[in-house]
Amino acid sequence: MAALAAAFICGLLFGTGLIVSQMAQPAKVLNFLDLFGTWDPSLAFVMAGALAVSGAGYAFARRGGRPLFAPRHLWPTKADIDPPLIFGAILFGLGWGLVGLCPGPALVNLATLSPKVIVFVAAMAGGIVLHDRWQARRQAASAATAASADG
Amino acid sequence: MTEFTPLSALAGGALIGLSASLLMLLTGRIAGISGILGGCLIAGAGDRDWRLAFIAGLIAAPLLGALLNAPLELPRMPDNWFLIAVAGFLVGFGARMGGGCTSGHGVCGIARLSGRSLVATAVFMSAGFVAVFLMRHVFGG
Repeated sequence: MAALAAAFICGLLFGTGLIVSQMAQPAKVLNFLDLFGTWDPSLAFVMAGALAVSGAGYAFARRGGRPLFAPRHLWPTKADIDPPLIFGAILFGLGWGLVGLCPGPALVNLATLSPKVIVFVAAMAGGIVLHDRWQARRQAASAATAASADG
Repeated sequence: MTEFTPLSALAGGALIGLSASLLMLLTGRIAGISGILGGCLIAGAGDRDWRLAFIAGLIAAPLLGALLNAPLELPRMPDNWFLIAVAGFLVGFGARMGGGCTSGHGVCGIARLSGRSLVATAVFMSAGFVAVFLMRHVFGG
């Protein structure tokens, strides 16, 4: 229960950060990405503020001990720079640049009940689910190929 | 046209960094929004509750703002519904394929000095620059 409350508070802080920095406004994000037009460097300052605090927080977490409400820190383990990382980032960046929304601001904007945001979030959820189904099918297919090669 | 707002950007960014720090220090989790949402959508995931709680917090933020007399400005979105759907799909599919988004790679990944996240962030920002350049300056948005 404490972990759930902590997750809720963290979501609330994260969403408030997006609102205070105006990153929930797609126009602000698009203007950051518009280097050759109405460039607005604010997003770089959002990242600088976020990295200064989270860098310190993560360094503190790494010094040992366990999380207050969990048995251990679940740090990501992947380190390789592989084709899915690059292709995925390209697709993500193109979609981000088309409308100016990424997952965090899209979810925050759900509260406005804007039909356009709802369509965006539904399509985003569809993209996530479809990717995972496609991956599961590919893995099943390669497992079947390996099995037949063994036999 | 939007105004350059360095101070509110820094302050908002610091709140995002505080959220990411607390989520790790309290629950041991990375504050990657596409990963948190993805884990909710996968059938049979056993750890859905904390993810839903975090997303509820995200959605509650503008509601709290409205209560405090600071309502969220409506998002300015294109009129083309097809474009919106394509963008949403690319964002979801791409973030899942690349293992993270602006928060997971751009903030949490770089904060823990991950080379993988630094590369992902450079690539998706470049792709974003290209998309906006094409939309605004080639096809004339």
